[in-house]
Amino acid sequence: MKNDLPRNDPSYRARLTRTFPLVDTLLAVLLAVGPATLAFGDETPQRIVSVDGALTEIVYALDGADRLAGVDTSSLYPPDTEDLPKVGYKRALSAEGLLSLTPDLVLVTDDAGPPEVLEQIRLAGVQTRMIPDAPTVEGLHAKIDAVADLLGATEAAAEVNEGIDQALAEVAAAMGDHADRPRVLFLLHKGSGNDMAAGRNTAADTVIRLAGGENVLHDAIDGYKPLSTEAALAAAPEVILLTERNFDSLGGLDALLADPALANTPAGRDQRVVVMDGPLLLAFGPRLGDAVAELARGLGTLPPVAVDTAEADLDGTAGRTGSAD
Amino acid sequence: MLALVSLVLIVALLSIAIGPVTIPPADVLRALGGLAGLPAGEIAPQHEAVILSIRLPRTVLGLLVGAGLAVAGAAMQGLFRNPLADPSLIGVSAGAALAAVSVIVLGASGLAGVTAFLGPFSLPIAAFAGGLVTTLLVYRLASSEGRTSVTTLLLAGIAINALCGAGTGLLTYLADDQQLRTLTFWSMGSLGGATWPAVGSAALMIALPLLALPLLARTLNALLLGEAEAGHLGIAVQQMQRIIVALAALAVGAAVAVSGIIGFVGLVVPHLLRLALGPDHGFLLPGSALLGGALLLLADLLARTLVTPAELPIGILTALLGGPFFLALLLRWRRTAL
Repeated sequence: MKNDLPRNDPSYRARLTRTFPLVDTLLAVLLAVGPATLAFGDETPQRIVSVDGALTEIVYALDGADRLAGVDTSSLYPPDTEDLPKVGYKRALSAEGLLSLTPDLVLVTDDAGPPEVLEQIRLAGVQTRMIPDAPTVEGLHAKIDAVADLLGATEAAAEVNEGIDQALAEVAAAMGDHADRPRVLFLLHKGSGNDMAAGRNTAADTVIRLAGGENVLHDAIDGYKPLSTEAALAAAPEVILLTERNFDSLGGLDALLADPALANTPAGRDQRVVVMDGPLLLAFGPRLGDAVAELARGLGTLPPVAVDTAEADLDGTAGRTGSAD
Repeated sequence: MLALVSLVLIVALLSIAIGPVTIPPADVLRALGGLAGLPAGEIAPQHEAVILSIRLPRTVLGLLVGAGLAVAGAAMQGLFRNPLADPSLIGVSAGAALAAVSVIVLGASGLAGVTAFLGPFSLPIAAFAGGLVTTLLVYRLASSEGRTSVTTLLLAGIAINALCGAGTGLLTYLADDQQLRTLTFWSMGSLGGATWPAVGSAALMIALPLLALPLLARTLNALLLGEAEAGHLGIAVQQMQRIIVALAALAVGAAVAVSGIIGFVGLVVPHLLRLALGPDHGFLLPGSALLGGALLLLADLLARTLVTPAELPIGILTALLGGPFFLALLLRWRRTAL
């Protein structure tokens, strides 16, 4: 029953349900009863719940998408994840909610919780794996390898890892000895008097460095911390980096530079503001190479690709990096 | 009272039988029967785990926390002769919140020693201790020469609440994104941490106030007349006040420690009963325990099942369930009172 039932194919299930409404109920009951007894042994996991955006991307990259039974709210990429059941915020998980998806493997990072819930899932006999998460290239490779081991996809992992290294090497080669390392301030959140900036040991810090920039707060703070506007001024960034969503919610460039402190930084005077897709910049998954290349183009350390020139930030005007859709 | 007992039993059964994992009622009964020593028969191991190590502890915890909060609320309203009184007035919730938020925000830095020593129990232990210490402080501040005035107790409580609020605010400001979300969720409450050890320790703390406060019904009835009047009736007012405050703090401190801040139950459940059954603490205290437990379980049932496979914070649902019901009672009472 377990292998010939295409239960993980949402379109199949949707079609069935449309034709026979009862089938969905039956299927749900079957799913609830079946895997619990069958899932153990030497088999690789067939129903995975991923409680982290980057881990979800890795499962997809390793061709494990059809084995995903659910994801957390930070799993935003690829867009297909929207169709998967959402188990909620990764620090406020529900034991029974997770179990109702009848997973045989739950992938978490060390910030998942609450711990009691993880313990209860373990007690119910579901394999729960904590995948170490360090925002470095080596850390990413280790993360991919760890997931691949569980999925039995070591070959695919080697390919994905190679792809990342290759993408990074290409960016590095194209940058050459770019002498000018732009000093970048990344604001994770800006607005309503609660500005959060990235220090060292963050995904943003690593992506900035790999893209040929320098995080102005690398020495000053560890992790993401609130930042006073004056401290932002004192840091004297040459480029301000924001997520797309934050930039849009602020109301654009003028609104951002209405903050006198930011306006008086070198970045503010030259209006050098780079806006990037938040999940791409911060996920630190298999798309690291893309994120680095996109940021490098935004910073001007990498010459823009022909298609992307239209809005790329080269001549000092703010613009969106990447595809201008 | 019989109606309340059956309400609790029905809600408890529902809480064990219903959840995101679909379990046939026969399996539910078998698992419960197995617990009672009956031959268990065949039951899927995962279903058994869900019932015995997730739903059952959670149901027990819900009853305990709901009962503890509501009884403490009823006792506080009686003690302060003020319908707006709830256990937070004596500082217990604010102190517990300050301690819990300290652990959440400073757990990795300033309080690393504490969290390393207490491990995963840092938060509940800190919250419990914080609640009791704050109550003690409020009580000390309100006492001079062995006498405690209820009015001073109230005012000292307000001042300490404000101070704790400032501390919590400061830490909230210092918190990073993740910590902010953790503490936001914590302050809306959840019974998600219901493991048997957690239930056991909460039961140890909450059982005493749950059993003892109803025995003080006569004292609380007398205190309704006023402190001096109660004294004339032969009640050792000072001593009783101290005992009532301590019991309420114990119940609320333990409840907050295991489930975060769950508002509304302590304030409104006693009111509901007072409007329906009158102010006699002989009914009010045990009645509040039962209705508090039932309301919290019902709220938790919805919290667990409305947005599966995720979960809603329970504080939202206690207010959402109790609020309209309370308003309706209030409107009816207003009509008859006029």
